[in-house]
Order: sequence, then structure tokens, then C-alpha cells
Amino acid sequence: MTMTRRHLLLLLPAAAVAWESVLAGTPEDSPNYNRTDHWWGMLIDIPKCIGCGNCVRACQEENDVPDGHFRTWVERYHVEDWNLTDPQVISPDGGKEGFPVATDDSGKYFFVPKLCNHCADSPCTQVCPVGATFITPDGVVLVDQKYCLGCAYCVQACPYGCRYIHPEKRVADKCTLCYHRITKGQTTACAENCPTGASQLIDLKNPKDPIHEFLKTHNVQVLKPQMATGAKVFYNELDGSVR
Amino acid sequence: MSIFKDAGHLFRFAALFVIAFLVFLVVRHYVVPKSFGKYGHYRAAAMDEIAAHPMQFAGHQACEQCHSDVAATHASGMHAHVNCEACHGPLAKHADDPSSVTPKLPDTATLCVRCHEASAARPKNFPQVKSAEHSGGMPCQTCHNPHSPAIGSGAAAGGAK
Amino acid sequence: MSGVEGYMYPNEVTLFWSVLIVLYPYITGLVAGAFILASLERVFKVDAVKPTYRLALLTALAFLLDAPLPLQFHLGHPERSPEMYFTPHATSAMAMFGYVYLWYLMAVLVFEIWLDYRREIVLRSQQTKGLLRLIYKIMTLGSTNISERALHIDEKVGWVVTLIGIPSAFMLHGYVGFIFGSIKANPWWSSPLMPVVFIFSAMVSGVAAVMLLYMGLTKLRKQTIDMRCVDTIAMYMFYIFVIDFTLEMLDLVHRIYEADESFRSIDFMVHTKLFFSQIVVQILIGTLVPLALLFIVQVWKNNISEIARKRIYVLCGSLILISVFAMRWNVVIGGQLFSKSFLGYTTYKMELATREGLLAAIGLTLLPLGFLWILLKLLPPWNDSQSHAAQLPASGD
Repeated sequence: MTMTRRHLLLLLPAAAVAWESVLAGTPEDSPNYNRTDHWWGMLIDIPKCIGCGNCVRACQEENDVPDGHFRTWVERYHVEDWNLTDPQVISPDGGKEGFPVATDDSGKYFFVPKLCNHCADSPCTQVCPVGATFITPDGVVLVDQKYCLGCAYCVQACPYGCRYIHPEKRVADKCTLCYHRITKGQTTACAENCPTGASQLIDLKNPKDPIHEFLKTHNVQVLKPQMATGAKVFYNELDGSVR
Repeated sequence: MSIFKDAGHLFRFAALFVIAFLVFLVVRHYVVPKSFGKYGHYRAAAMDEIAAHPMQFAGHQACEQCHSDVAATHASGMHAHVNCEACHGPLAKHADDPSSVTPKLPDTATLCVRCHEASAARPKNFPQVKSAEHSGGMPCQTCHNPHSPAIGSGAAAGGAK
Repeated sequence: MSGVEGYMYPNEVTLFWSVLIVLYPYITGLVAGAFILASLERVFKVDAVKPTYRLALLTALAFLLDAPLPLQFHLGHPERSPEMYFTPHATSAMAMFGYVYLWYLMAVLVFEIWLDYRREIVLRSQQTKGLLRLIYKIMTLGSTNISERALHIDEKVGWVVTLIGIPSAFMLHGYVGFIFGSIKANPWWSSPLMPVVFIFSAMVSGVAAVMLLYMGLTKLRKQTIDMRCVDTIAMYMFYIFVIDFTLEMLDLVHRIYEADESFRSIDFMVHTKLFFSQIVVQILIGTLVPLALLFIVQVWKNNISEIARKRIYVLCGSLILISVFAMRWNVVIGGQLFSKSFLGYTTYKMELATREGLLAAIGLTLLPLGFLWILLKLLPPWNDSQSHAAQLPASGD
């Protein structure tokens, strides 16, 4: 005990109190959930997305996401045939309240919901100096907010812009794939509240998951495949102009 | 042996390093969280902490347990794949203890148009209307039952009680 | 949102690496550069720069003590930073910072300075009084052996430490470049040239800083500036700067010629948001002007009066310090101004009196000068007083 006291002197007193709980952890497991049985991902079915913003609102309500930051957001692309590689993209307030009515009928429009890709070879967990962000055995990239320094290196390393520093907690924050829901047999808040089924939780380790059939029979792509991050959010009918 | 004597101060400097290293090892032993490294280079307990967050959305299965009448109407209509809380909002607290939170009825004036206001940006096969021309300002549920919106498919006016 | 043109991913609108992260590579660069100057004398036997040897070591130490502070101010939870030592993540370039820093601080700089000053420390511990005496006593580590043999051993060991110190200095700063160069998500950073460019610009800035400090301090002490010394420093500064500029231009030309998917974005940025800090400050004023001036001095050295040479050196040194700071700024801030979607740009709004604001940055830039002042009082590096140190220990100025 004398030793513990002495080393705690190195830390700020308030932090020392907080540290006690970090050391101990909360030994509470979801009883019927076996991490090694799952390998989670998402399927985004672009032709089904209507840009209602339900996923963004649901995410903010479920996860208490700070204003101006997004764990998931929706982009609207407008691509004209004479300029296929230079799309016009908008995402007003992350698409939270939907999108302005489009009247210009030229070219094509589509919506692209974005969220953390829960990459299998994630550049963000690679650069974390202390192991405060990691990929779980069931394939979800999480942030240990009691351990994170708030250095923002992971924010820089994410090619998709999915991370931010939480303005009050001053630690990295991002989509947890609703880890507190999926470990209890629920789907994510965004998928639960998607009215058209454009966003679906998938379990790549579950042989009964219809995703296997879907992947075999559809044109499926991940975002920025050149980044080789092992992204696990699959997009059906993803247009080449999407970045 | 005088080499050792004349290099004695160097050993003192080296001893500082050794002491510092030993102190470091001892402190490290106490400071690193117990569950760190159990599955990988992270604190395994963090997974359980995140998994223990409370849910805000109960999920439609929870709703259907009590509201079986609405669920039946809903299941047979065009909105069958639209889950309850997509319109009614997060109601896990209500599902836990129905008397603690009374759900508010959604305002169809803002709710329906989020999906159905006509826009060139939406998929062409998705049902859309120009709300101002379509209803002339009447609330949507005057004609449509939000739980089964095709006209004539369910009790129309005021269907969403 | 104001300050945004085109489309940014919504989480990209605010910059998460502020001016303090500009300062951090700048200061570590000065450390590495100052050390390289010291090693010129020690390892490469460039006798002309001897008057700056000890000053360079002390400057390196003063800036090294300051180097982690911008990081601490920037961290959301600085109290958790010891985790970098306790659970360093092997795949993270940043995790190595703690260890490289400690190694460089203790095993290289402090050790070398201690070896070099040991004779004076021992003498002072016997000749001073009160608190100073105690400080020097602690610094002797209880050994008063300054026999010729012991000092000879110190000399030998010091040489080896300097030899190890050179790759260590490269590592300390090269890894800072690697932190940026290894981020594949960011095309403005992702380049294997990044660590090399960082090392060379670090060397230029560190050499310039020590040269300016030497000239300024000599002036303050009303001594004569050793022109052979500053001429030599200026020569090395010129050649290193030529290499540095060549590498940076190689990087730029390569980007322009390859013109990959990010090019339009970056090209636009360099013509607009970074035009002043990159083209005007870094390249035109900060690089081409001092390069031209230093070139003229190299060619017509004998036709330029000492006074004029000194003025040119002060001007060039200052411009180089500004240029290298601008280079860090353009890398760190520039890399966050464009969207990783290559569809838009944001603006960096520097705060003033916050933890990561302008005032903190200025304070942290001046702080090493305070450290240096203390070090100079404690361990005077001057050759002229060094010879008197044994007899006149109290005249420590």
C-alpha cells in the first residue's frame, strides 16, 4: 500500500482518484455474448438511402454525440455527366435534419451515409501511442476514454474523417458500432432507425447472416480501397466519384 | 586497477540509470491496469465498460411485446420495415418502465416530409409528394394511417393514436 | 460553417493539431541542429567552431527541456502522458517519443555535458558557498576525481557519446518527421522524404540559432566575435541549407509532376491559404534571400568587411529561423486545411489566450531562453573565463 501511495503522488490528486477505477475496471460481461463468435461490419445499400437523416439523429440520441461532431453523417452527391470526377457534395449539419429539396434534375444524385469503417487493419489504432484505441476480438474499433491522452494522432490517421476530439471529455471519440447494443443482441441505433433498410449491421462470422449471399450477388465496394485499411463497411452500388 | 578507480565517476552515473530503471519497473508494475494486454495492447476492461452503456432505443422487438395491436397493422402495411422508434424516438426508458415516460405523439407535419417530400435527389422509385400541393396544408394522418399508409389499408383518420 | 470552402467531412472542420504542434517539431529541430554543430567540433574536428561547442550543447539542452511542453499543453489529458512510458504501443511512431527523448536527454546530452564540465563542477563545488555549493556537490555525484587520467577517460568517453549522439539526434528529429511522413491518410504529409527534410531543416535552424546566440551573447559580454568561427558556421549553414532546399524542392516538384488525386487540392491550397506562409515567407524571404546572401559571402568573402559579414549572418540566421518555423507551420497546419475528400478547405483560427493559443506558443518559444540563461549561469561555456574558472570561480558571468 505504501508503494501505491507513493506512485500516486506522481499523478495529479484528482486524476489519481479517477485512476483507481481505471486500474480496477468494471468486471461486467454480457453473459451470453462470446466475442470470438462475431466479426462485425455494416452494409450500406446506397440505392435505398433517401437522405432522411434518421441515422444521424438516432446516433446522436443514442450516443450523446456533441454538437458539430458526428459518429455518422450523410453526404449528398450530385454528379453531372460532363464532370464525373468532380462531384458536388453537401452534408448540412451532417444531414441531421435531412437535405434541402433538389430541383436541378440534371446529372445523378445519391446519398452516402458514412460512419467508422471498423477497419481490420486500422491506421488509427496503429498510431495510438498508448493502446487507448484498439480493435476488439469481434472486430469493432473502440476508444478507451479513460486511457486516451487526447493527442489526436488517430484523428489525423483516419482517412475517412470518422474521428474527432470530444470537446468536453478531451479524448478521441468515434462510432462504437453501438457496442453496448450489439453485445446485447440489438442492432445499431442507425440501422434500427433506418426507415428503408439502407443501413444494416452485418456479422461476417455468422454463416446464417444474409450478407454472405448479398456480397456474392451485388456490386459491393468499400470507401477508399486504395488505403488498404480492411474496411468492414460495405457499400452497395458505390459510385466511383465517392471519396 | 586504477582504470576502475579513475572511471569511478562513470559508474556512479551508470548507477543513476540503473536505479531509475528499477524505480520505473516498480512503478510500472503498480500503474499499468490489470486487464491491460489480456487480448491485445489495450485495457480489456474498457470493452466491458463500453458494452455497459445504457441503451436509448429499446428496439422494435421491445415495443411489439406490449403494442401487439399496432404491430399487427404495421406489419401488414407499406411501413412494415420502418421500425417504431424511427418515428417515435428513443423510448428505452418507456420500455423499461412504461409509466415513467409517456411517449409524445410525433408531429406528422415535420415527420412525414423528411422522407416523402419530393426531391430530385431521392431515388426515383421512392414515393414522394410535393407536400404543399399534395395535401393543401391538411395533416397527413387525415388520409393516411402512418402505421399502414396506403389509403384504405387501415383505419385512416386519426389512425395513429 | 464559416471558413469552409467546398466540402469538408464534418469532423474535419476544426483543426485538432494547433500552433503548439507546429512549435514541437520546431523546438526539437533546434535541439538536433545545435547538437550537430557541437559534434562538428568534437567528432569532425572542425576546430574553427570550437568557441560554440559548449554553447551549442547547453542550447540543445535548454531547448530539449522545453520540447515536451508544447505536447503537454496540447494533450487533452497531460496527466495521462506517463502511459507513453508504461504501455508504449510498438506500432506507434509517437510512442517512441518518450524513450527517444529520455535517451537523448540523459544518455547523450546530460552525460556529455557532465563529462565535459566535470572538472569545473568539481572545482566549483569546492570553491563556491551555500546553495550553489550544494548544487555543484550534487552534480559531482560524489566523485571529486579530476586526475589527468580521469579527465582523459572523460575525453574518450565524451567522444564516443558524441558519436552515438549524432545518430540519436537524427533519430530524435527524424522520428518527428516520420510521425507526419507515415500518415497515409494525408497526402500532404505522406512522403518518405519527410524525415529527411525534417532533419536537414532542423540542422539549418539549430546551427543558425547557436550562431545567433553566440554572436548576441559575445556582444553582450563585450567580447570580440571570433570571425573565423562564424565564417565557418555560416559556410556549413549554407551547405546544409542548399541540401535542405534541394530536398524540399524535390518533394514539391515530384508532387507537381506526379499530380496524383490530391494534387488539385494541394495546388489550390498552396496558391491561396498557404501562399503567404509557404511561397512568400518560407521560400522567397526565408530561403532564397539567405541562400543568395550566404552564397555571395562564400564567393566574395575577402571583399566583404567583417561588419558587413556579421550583419549578413545575423540577417540570414534570423530569416532561416523564420523560414524553418514557416516550414513546420506549412506542414502541420497546411496538412489539416484541406479535406481528405479533396473537395474542400477549412481555415485555422488561432486562439489567443487559451491553453493552445498564441500566448502559450510565444511563452513556450521564449522559455528555453530562460533555461539557457540558468544553464549559462551554472555552467559558463566561455573559453576566456574557462581558463580562469579554477582561480576565479565566483565570476560566473
